Amino acid sequence: MSTATLEKQAAATASDTILSLNNIEVIYDHVVLVLKGVSLTVPRQGIVAILGANGAGKTTTLKAISNLLKAERGEVTKGSIVFDGERVDKMSPNELVRRGCIQVMEGRHCFGHLSIEENLLTGAFTRRDGNAAIKRDLEKIYTLFPRLKQRRSSQAGYTSGGEQQMCAIGRAMMSNPKMILLDEPSMGLAPQIVEEIFEIVRGLNADEGVSFLVAEQNTNMALRYATYGYIMETGRVVMDGEAKMLRENEDVKEFYLGVAEGNKKSFREVKSYKRRKRWLS
Amino acid sequence: MSDIATRPAPNLLANPLVKAGLIFAAVIAALAIGVRLDPTNTLYAIFVDPFQQMAQAPDLLVQTVWEGLVSGVLYALIALGFVLIFKASGVFNFAQGIMVVFAALTLVGLYEKGVPAFLAVILTLGVMFALAVTIERVVLRPLVNQPDIILFMATFGITYFLIGFGEALFGGNPKQMIAEQLYLPKGAVDLQILGGLVSLQKIDIAAALIASLMIAALAAFFQYTRIGRALRAVADSHKAALSVGISLNQIWVIVWFTAGIVALITGIMWGARSDVSFALEIVALKALPVLILGGFTSIPGAIVGGLIIGIGEKLGEFYWGPLIGGGIESWLAYFIALGFLLFRPQGLFGDKIIERI
Repeated sequence: MSTATLEKQAAATASDTILSLNNIEVIYDHVVLVLKGVSLTVPRQGIVAILGANGAGKTTTLKAISNLLKAERGEVTKGSIVFDGERVDKMSPNELVRRGCIQVMEGRHCFGHLSIEENLLTGAFTRRDGNAAIKRDLEKIYTLFPRLKQRRSSQAGYTSGGEQQMCAIGRAMMSNPKMILLDEPSMGLAPQIVEEIFEIVRGLNADEGVSFLVAEQNTNMALRYATYGYIMETGRVVMDGEAKMLRENEDVKEFYLGVAEGNKKSFREVKSYKRRKRWLS
Repeated sequence: MSDIATRPAPNLLANPLVKAGLIFAAVIAALAIGVRLDPTNTLYAIFVDPFQQMAQAPDLLVQTVWEGLVSGVLYALIALGFVLIFKASGVFNFAQGIMVVFAALTLVGLYEKGVPAFLAVILTLGVMFALAVTIERVVLRPLVNQPDIILFMATFGITYFLIGFGEALFGGNPKQMIAEQLYLPKGAVDLQILGGLVSLQKIDIAAALIASLMIAALAAFFQYTRIGRALRAVADSHKAALSVGISLNQIWVIVWFTAGIVALITGIMWGARSDVSFALEIVALKALPVLILGGFTSIPGAIVGGLIIGIGEKLGEFYWGPLIGGGIESWLAYFIALGFLLFRPQGLFGDKIIERI
């Protein structure tokens, strides 16, 4: 299919789809093939989860979208990424943030030596709508995260893991995004805090209309908050469906939710999922 | 939080064996010196006599401290250029010294070609900006994500390129800085202090003033502006900065240009005190002990470190130098830095390594 028709098609679906990945392939260092044709879509104002074990390619998928891959010598070699009706595969992270797509990286990555407030303000780096608007948004973040307000002048490096995660999400919100790519928000956090973080995600989604693509290992939690899920294994999407459907699927239950049923003895008895090919690109 | 920029100077000396070895070597050296001197008077000459001299001739002391202060300010300026680039790109820029020479040469060279002095300053700033853009495009961008040592080697490349380029354009002969045309004051002020005459060069006073102003301006820029905040964010974590949409390429150009401005001002001041030649580059290496003392990531550190090294080496030369036949000035700074490495490897003001347990 030619690029022109692809773009036309993208424009046609732009109204209800904010992000679509079409059969993308990612190669690190020119040799290591990490994503072997991943396709997924995120509806506007939706919460979509990418699930899977370590090394399945969740983080790489998110980084391919936000184009932080380049900084790790990775490269999208095939397929297309369309964000908000526009091809974005060759765009720098800076341009993407400007267009409203921002990533919250795995492990928070707050600026440790900057105060919480300064961290939040760096999120507004790409904005051109003046200090007044930024101030207003800062106050909004503080009402969303009262805990950040309390700690606004402490160095981010000395705050707790939960506070850092809130800071990272708040920082992303300061860029006024249409979509946040959230990588492993539960990492290293107590279950209670994880729940709090996901509640915040749901709130931002409902009140601010921000779409979320969440990569998570905590399948249980992610499927409770997402509307749709993709399960990845070794660089492929092996299964996808409504969150409700995935929650009730026997194999998902057994492998990812840890709820075993019956008495399967070995992996041989497990049904293997083949990649569902999409012949679009 | 374990990012390049937050890391202090590599702590080789954490190894107790290395530390013990160094202390042993120092003791042997001290013994050797002690044997050479008259053994009965050694301690007296080291610990008592210099201070008696200071008390007896306070005007001399003031003069010495002042001279140390001035060279300290200039060391601080050079160190500042290093700190700026190290903070923002994690690169130890070996070329900072030659950038000082190159900026000064360009200024003088332009003036000699008939450009009015102040226009020449503006044009030189333009040249430094072009240099920043070129370095970012040709050197930093292709080498992004390479190990630190490769970027460090690349700055060696820049150094030798600038030496060759500068020589080809302006010739290798020392030049006179156009101090007068830039309305920098000449002559000296004599002050009556503590029963003696202390003579302060006006150019030194101007250098101290201008340097302090510039340092204050830079500090304000870093602390309160959007770009300054972005610079600190980049210093903290490149990846996180990328993820919030800070453009590293833009930041690098800004940082190298700022370092270029600092280099130009340093070049004017050093040049006005001696003359403009490639020998200035050696002086720039004095910034190393200054950085070790102050911390590679701290602007106040660069200033305080510069002052300590400047004053320390002048006092050392004047009061303790004669004990071992002079010439202390050239190595004392490195010795002080070594002592600091043993006990405080991140320097006086270097970023604390934040580690949550």
